[in-house]
Amino acid sequence: MKLFKKSGLAAALYASAALISVNAAMAQDQINLRMLIWSANEDHLRLLNEIADAYKAQNPQVSVTYEAVPYGEFPTTLTTQIAGGNAPDLTWLTETGSFDFIAAGAMFPLTETFRTTEGYELKDYAQASIDSWSQDGELYFYPFSTSPFAVFVNNDVVREANQKTPAELIAEGNWDWQHAVEIGSAVNGETGKHGIVFRDFDYTSWTRLAPLYTAWDVKLWSEDGKTCMMTSPEMVDAMSFLHDAIFEKKAMPGPGVAADFFAGDAAMTITQISRANLLPTGDNAFEWDLVPLPAGPIGEYGYVGAAGIGVLKASPHAQEAADFLAFFSNKENVTKLARYFPPTRSSVLTPEVLAASNPLLSVEQLTDVVIKGVTEGRSAAGHTNYEQIVQNVRASLDSLWVPDADVAQVLQATCDNLNPLLQR
Amino acid sequence: MASAKPTTGMEGARKRPFWTMQRKDHLTGLVFVAPQFIGIITFVFVPLVLVFYYSMHDWNVLAGTFTFVGSENYEELFRDRAMPGVLAATAIFSLGLVVLNISLALLLAVLVNQKLAGMSVFRTLFFSPVVVSVVAWAIVWRFLLQSNGGINGLLYMVGIEGPNWLRLPHTAMISLIVVQTFKSVGLNMVLFLAALQGVPRELHEAARVDGVPPFKQFYRITLPLISPTLMLVSIVTIVGALQVFGQIEVLTQGGPGTSTTVLVYYFYQQAFQFLNFGYGSTLSIILLGIVALLTYAQWQLRRKVVFYEH
Repeated sequence: MKLFKKSGLAAALYASAALISVNAAMAQDQINLRMLIWSANEDHLRLLNEIADAYKAQNPQVSVTYEAVPYGEFPTTLTTQIAGGNAPDLTWLTETGSFDFIAAGAMFPLTETFRTTEGYELKDYAQASIDSWSQDGELYFYPFSTSPFAVFVNNDVVREANQKTPAELIAEGNWDWQHAVEIGSAVNGETGKHGIVFRDFDYTSWTRLAPLYTAWDVKLWSEDGKTCMMTSPEMVDAMSFLHDAIFEKKAMPGPGVAADFFAGDAAMTITQISRANLLPTGDNAFEWDLVPLPAGPIGEYGYVGAAGIGVLKASPHAQEAADFLAFFSNKENVTKLARYFPPTRSSVLTPEVLAASNPLLSVEQLTDVVIKGVTEGRSAAGHTNYEQIVQNVRASLDSLWVPDADVAQVLQATCDNLNPLLQR
Repeated sequence: MASAKPTTGMEGARKRPFWTMQRKDHLTGLVFVAPQFIGIITFVFVPLVLVFYYSMHDWNVLAGTFTFVGSENYEELFRDRAMPGVLAATAIFSLGLVVLNISLALLLAVLVNQKLAGMSVFRTLFFSPVVVSVVAWAIVWRFLLQSNGGINGLLYMVGIEGPNWLRLPHTAMISLIVVQTFKSVGLNMVLFLAALQGVPRELHEAARVDGVPPFKQFYRITLPLISPTLMLVSIVTIVGALQVFGQIEVLTQGGPGTSTTVLVYYFYQQAFQFLNFGYGSTLSIILLGIVALLTYAQWQLRRKVVFYEH
């Protein structure tokens, strides 16, 4: 009996030891990837999790979780995590924000992984989008969202001010910034509502004005990034036009004035098409339209805000994260993601594919605004130390947002302050 | 009959137990202070030493490089063209806040110390902002202070066109000081109120009998007797003023221009927005030095201010 007890105990111990070692081995093989994102939208998360689940079904040892951080806190959170030795495996980044990461060698190269993934078709991506996320021919980010800026119009407010709608002006061939400001001015004078709102600009985020000054073919700094170009005649003209529209024509809400287009406060807003989900329904609904940016001195043009997903080199599972990213950005998943994030994959960027996932937009809007915007739109000029440059310019441009500002003088002071930073 | 056994000093020492009453008391004391002590070591001293260590390095978080640069970051303080403006904004904000906050807190404390109907409601009203979240408080004020906001709406009703409070350098700084004062004045008011209620009534009665006017009574009797609280409140307020961040982030982001970029906000920008962790650490050491210096100076002043130190 004693012997029986001893052998039973030994068997139990062996079994436990075997189980522990198997579990330990499994735990060692288990890879948990974390992607930092700035959208907490439930629909977005549902789709992202769907892709992660599909990948896990094929690769049971890999789990992917998404950590949503508010957009405003995103760069700080990401860098704090990196500094604290807790870097995510994958991260979203804006095109301008990616410069410092690529320049510092913080990103894992993706070209080889994408090239060798069966059926990936890297050439399916527009070359311009690949180039803007690459350095020395090496791709560091998958360009997952290229969202064109466009003009949302409240036709009810425009008609209330007895003005032609932008759609009517487009039909006449007269849709340009001059006419847009005239509408805005008339709306403010006739109805007391606001004319044109640059969404999220709020007289602090000056980069939100890029859809306007791009119409003047403005370059913020020289090709080598060493010299400020904001004193150019093009920039002076663009900013003078804007200043006049704000303070003389009252076509845009002034500094410190709150105005929300989607609450029915304004005739037009310039923002990315992904904001269509903010359009009101029910009793607050109004007749809206989505039209391309007005033409400027350079004629018709487009402007896009781009975001990419990259793998951090600091990740202990960088290759596995790159493999997941290759799955995440294959044609099938990009087609699903196109509903929220306009793609640069040529085969997916068609009215048919986009219409299936964008019920709010007509085929005409998708063709004229989305597809044309993605393929022809210009994007922001990036630079290393971008955030410091943005804050430096913001502080200088604050002097511009008063009625009696001397535009040329303010821009000269802006460049005087910025040049030492660019020349570092 | 018991015989006395001779003992030596050595034997007595050998038999003496290790855990004497004194040692037990010491250990008990140490156990009681240990949590606080460990907390201070972990969350104050270690980070302090680390920040000082970082301030002598160039830390590129993205590239993962950490290079010793000695005093270079400290030398950069003298080359940094933004520093004079930052220090000036810090001084104006701190001085304005301390003067306004303490004056208003004292005035409110004297008022709510009166035995009038409804005073407890006023005390609650003045104290309630203290328990409100800083961000929520600042967001509400942002709406009130915008060009077409509540403050200008009220001014318009009485025929005044209000300024664009947060967009002009002077009004932005004044707005910040007032917003922060209203946020924290309640706590100082309560401290002053407690001190006022500790002033013996007989002294005022004797002064009244002698025909001393009320203001002189306040200046000669009340103020000296509440001087320890005045000292405490001034130290706490000035240290708090140098650490105000949330209101600036929500209301002005350091603007317009750099008119409201105070030292703590500049430190945040350098370290967490521009990723200059080394230089940011240097700024935080400077901030620590300024706080320590001001606190020490105030502590030395106590001999002149606090009645029982005379």
